[in-house]
Amino acid sequence: MLAAVSAWMLPGLIGLTLLIAVVRGINVYEEFVTGAADGARLAVQVMPYVIGIYIATGLFRESGFLSGLTHVFAPFLRPFGLPAEVLPLIFIRPFSLAAAIGVVSDLLKTYGPDSFIGLLAAVMLGSSETTFYVLTLYLGAVGIRRSLYAVPLCLLGDIVGYLASLWLTTLFWGMGGFLSVPTFWLPSSRLGHRPSV
Amino acid sequence: MVNIIWAALILTGIVWAGFGGHAELATTTIFNQATKGLSAGLELIAITAVWFGLSRIAEKAGLLTGLARLMTPLLRPLFPTIPRGHSSLGSIAMNLTANLLGLADAATPFGLKAMHQLQELNTRRDTVTPAMITFLAMNSACTTLLPATAIALRATAGATEPSSIILPAALASGIATVAVLVADRFLRRRVFWCK
Repeated sequence: MLAAVSAWMLPGLIGLTLLIAVVRGINVYEEFVTGAADGARLAVQVMPYVIGIYIATGLFRESGFLSGLTHVFAPFLRPFGLPAEVLPLIFIRPFSLAAAIGVVSDLLKTYGPDSFIGLLAAVMLGSSETTFYVLTLYLGAVGIRRSLYAVPLCLLGDIVGYLASLWLTTLFWGMGGFLSVPTFWLPSSRLGHRPSV
Repeated sequence: MVNIIWAALILTGIVWAGFGGHAELATTTIFNQATKGLSAGLELIAITAVWFGLSRIAEKAGLLTGLARLMTPLLRPLFPTIPRGHSSLGSIAMNLTANLLGLADAATPFGLKAMHQLQELNTRRDTVTPAMITFLAMNSACTTLLPATAIALRATAGATEPSSIILPAALASGIATVAVLVADRFLRRRVFWCK
């Protein structure tokens, strides 16, 4: 049922949009092509950033540092079910969308789009924002220097978003299948049987 | 900051590979990854072309303005400091609706416009207003119904069901939005002494 809703949402929305546009007499094909040209131009501009980030995350992983890091942090991350592989994404996401896209695309290629890491990375990318970019752009545009609690509040939004992504990814595709409870929600007495991540 | 993260990833990679006794691994990785990055970048051209094309149709069909008009009354109670009838609320609605539909590129111009209109209401030009903070916080919690980029990346990576992440991603950003709104309400009282 939930899967069907997700599966129908995008085609449904595209179909509906197209239908409304046609009814309103819009030259849909011409508008599509104009928009697509803008999109392609943007993607070409982004390409060097993606190559740059592929090199950085690739080196980080292939050198064995990431797996070392995973070993060191595993005891701390395991109760939360957070795979260390997504840490680079968490760190880079608030600063650069192009870099985050590079990291996610790299994770999807390395671990598979339907792996837990792949799913989690995609959900995290989809539910977070380039916070620092937005803050500097919007506050800078009107010349505001005293931002009071705006930065910590926005970072709180990011952190809650990541935790919620982790929880929901576990809920949807986690070890115990749909509606399994993430281990950090269990009382400590039951943590003895936690699944290995 | 991206510069520091990028350099740190590469330097730790090189140093770690070197101390592990296989510095040549770093060389091969750099060039292999560059090639992989290029093909990922090429796929990205197709993705963004499709998405920008579709979002332009949506914009021309007036979908954005229609939805934003529906959103405005819902936003009213969240911005008690904006006087009734002030134009900034409309821009905020346009920005948040564009984000909701995953049209990030369409959202930015409306966001900038909203900030300029909110600045008109500001009595201390260099300090943020409560309304600005609420707007920025909602924006960064990224309330989205359609994580278009993530879906597209999954599609090109060969996922069995690329759009299966829509629901969890939308719920996650919904939870984040509620969290920042609650925290904002709490902080606003302490910092601005207002409701």
